[in-house]
Amino acid sequence: MLSRLADAIYWMNRYIERAENYARFVEANYNLALELPPDMPEQWKPLVVATGDWYLFKSLYEEAEKQSVINFLVFDGENPNSICNCIIKARENARVARPEITKEVWEQVNALYHMVKDQGDKKLWKNKDPRGFFNEIKRGCQLLYGIFDATISRTDGWHFGKVGQFLERADKTSRVLDVKYHIILPSPDAVGTPFDLIQWAALLKSVSAYDMYRKKYGKLTSMEIAEFLILDKQFPRSILRCLLYAEQSLHTISGRSGSGYSNDTEKQLGLVRSQMEYADISNILTIGMYEYLDELQGKLNAVSDSVFKTFFAINSQMQMQQ
Amino acid sequence: MPKINFENYLREGFFDEMFDDSGKVRDHYGLFKERLEQIGWKKIKFLQHSTDRAQLSLGMTFNVYSEAQGIERILPLDVVPRIISGQEWDQLEKGLQQRIKALNLFIHDLYHDQKIIKDKIIPKELILSGTTYLKQCEGLNPPQNIWCHITGSDLIRDNTGQYMVLEDNLRCPSGVSYLLENREILKRTFPELFETLNVRPVYDYSHILRDMLESLTDKPNPIVAVLTPGIYNSAYYEHAYLAQQMGAELVEGRDLVVQKDHVYMRTTQGLQKVDVIYRRVDDDFLDPVHFRSDSMLGTPHLFEAYKKGNVILVNAPGTGVADDKAVYAYVPRIIKYYLGEEMLIPNVQTYICREENDYQYVMENIANLVIKQTDASGGYGMLIGPKSTKAEQEEFKKRVKENPRKYIAQPVINLSRVPTLTENDIEGRHVDLRPYILYGKEIKTIPGALTRVALKKGSLVVNSSQGGGSKDTWVLDH
Repeated sequence: MLSRLADAIYWMNRYIERAENYARFVEANYNLALELPPDMPEQWKPLVVATGDWYLFKSLYEEAEKQSVINFLVFDGENPNSICNCIIKARENARVARPEITKEVWEQVNALYHMVKDQGDKKLWKNKDPRGFFNEIKRGCQLLYGIFDATISRTDGWHFGKVGQFLERADKTSRVLDVKYHIILPSPDAVGTPFDLIQWAALLKSVSAYDMYRKKYGKLTSMEIAEFLILDKQFPRSILRCLLYAEQSLHTISGRSGSGYSNDTEKQLGLVRSQMEYADISNILTIGMYEYLDELQGKLNAVSDSVFKTFFAINSQMQMQQ
Repeated sequence: MPKINFENYLREGFFDEMFDDSGKVRDHYGLFKERLEQIGWKKIKFLQHSTDRAQLSLGMTFNVYSEAQGIERILPLDVVPRIISGQEWDQLEKGLQQRIKALNLFIHDLYHDQKIIKDKIIPKELILSGTTYLKQCEGLNPPQNIWCHITGSDLIRDNTGQYMVLEDNLRCPSGVSYLLENREILKRTFPELFETLNVRPVYDYSHILRDMLESLTDKPNPIVAVLTPGIYNSAYYEHAYLAQQMGAELVEGRDLVVQKDHVYMRTTQGLQKVDVIYRRVDDDFLDPVHFRSDSMLGTPHLFEAYKKGNVILVNAPGTGVADDKAVYAYVPRIIKYYLGEEMLIPNVQTYICREENDYQYVMENIANLVIKQTDASGGYGMLIGPKSTKAEQEEFKKRVKENPRKYIAQPVINLSRVPTLTENDIEGRHVDLRPYILYGKEIKTIPGALTRVALKKGSLVVNSSQGGGSKDTWVLDH
């Protein structure tokens, strides 16, 4: 397929996944704020820090409180990663990728865009509970995943879309864990207290992991939650599971079966994935979860760069097909 | 709930597509009118609202460049269709085919022997001094000697109902996606009418287009691509739509690369050869090496690959020469010259300022004429006599005097009207008609057209940028 279109379908899915995750983050934090003990201030800064856009935020707003953070993460045109901008960019990419996607997919991206745009213009979220709106975004995105899977043939276009979606999701799940790291507890001995657990539960809910986690482990412990979100092989939003999905799609694209790699992207992703497969959670916590995730995010960025170099930036010196 | 009725409908002296001069409904509109009058206002407003919604959700939008960023507009689709009887259509079809056949022979002749110039039918300098004549195309033989594969001529009807060709769009005519999507939308709006009225179908346009494109090469299973200037082009929706419908690749100039006079596209698996390109990029921008060097849209050396016959470009570069306003006036003579026939659909009467008699007439009657600069388009370099000031008229007289070759003049035509929904009523609005003609092994016209409508009361301007909308066009079986 055309490199430019592969690039577009990859980014369309990445931006949709990003928008959905941002909606989840903000909603989870909103919920958390409702359950705070009376003397605890709301914490909105960790959310911005975890997205990696703290410096941009500081240049635009005085203080990290509910209104400013929601505006920044959801509507702000100045924030390239705000939900609105993600949806706009997803739609632009869908426009480019139009010949590779189906009419149904295009119409859903378009519907999502008009929904977000209308709501953003009306600023209704300011006066009332914005969670209804976050829910609509989440549903809109999930509907799109469903239509994408149910209507597009499993050709290269679909697989490039999946690579984009799962690399993004892996990154975002790692950032949810970052949020917890940045949230301040009332005191160091608060670890393991009901308040600490409320936060962990909110975090699990923000990635729809609460039900599945409870089913597997029953009790809430920070170690097992981290294990579930980083290393679980069955949960579709855990980092490892996402990397396995992305790798499968890369192998289908290159036509490689079995082990090993046939291009730089497969090599890099394969390395990260196998390191994770042999890791166990106590090692990770010994290194420090935050440090571990930081390094992992760097590696995932390198994989993304490699996808671009390997598949999208085709120069004319490349081999001709028959 | 009030129903729609035409009791207060005014024809105001114009030719009306639905009613004759005595106010009686025309036969081919009879059944439609009957059905329309059974629909309540609330329902029709709802139907109109849902067509707008349908267009938005299909993403049939375009950007207006002069407006703020991010404003996307739809071309409003009026739910009242323009209906044409089968008989009338068959006549139009013959006329269009005649015209395209002659114009194609004309283009081929101009780039070869120039017999028409040698025989003094058309003045040499008129052609060679024009900006649309491409010297680079001299001596080229596109497959089957077809140059203008895809045409969308603009037709209008005057006060008497006479059809006339206003313009031949031989370069990259747009709008066919609107024709096709409008039909899809109206089929949802008036499903029962399609069952009873025997409207000729248009759905196979993309198949005919693909067949035509494939017929231009001997290669089995050729790779066909649509070349677009990109997503910021106002017709991008159409480019993507056609590529999608035909199962063709949608490429931009930067996706293509020319090596050893063959054209390849950059794919995730390396370079892949392209055989036929339906290009929606103008001649000037196709290839920065051979045409405009500042073009960012083109592909270097594309024209060489074309000249060697290794890729087919549709329409062929150079067709614009027959689409020049100065040449337009000669089309009746062109048809006579190549086909020995009288023109079936007349031109709008055109005064050629370089010819002495016409020049005199134009100078004396400038207040009643439309003056057009031959090398301008999109409403630029134009004077609409009846709407101009004395000073403007004098200014144009001066310009025409200085350079008569650059100007033609036409009478103001009162376009025909079709009943159209307004806020609370149904009123006549002026329309034109753009049918699409495909020229491959044979010349085919799809039985339908884009009808553009001037939605503003009294306006004769149907352009989308100036308050124009569209109507679905139904060609009946007979």
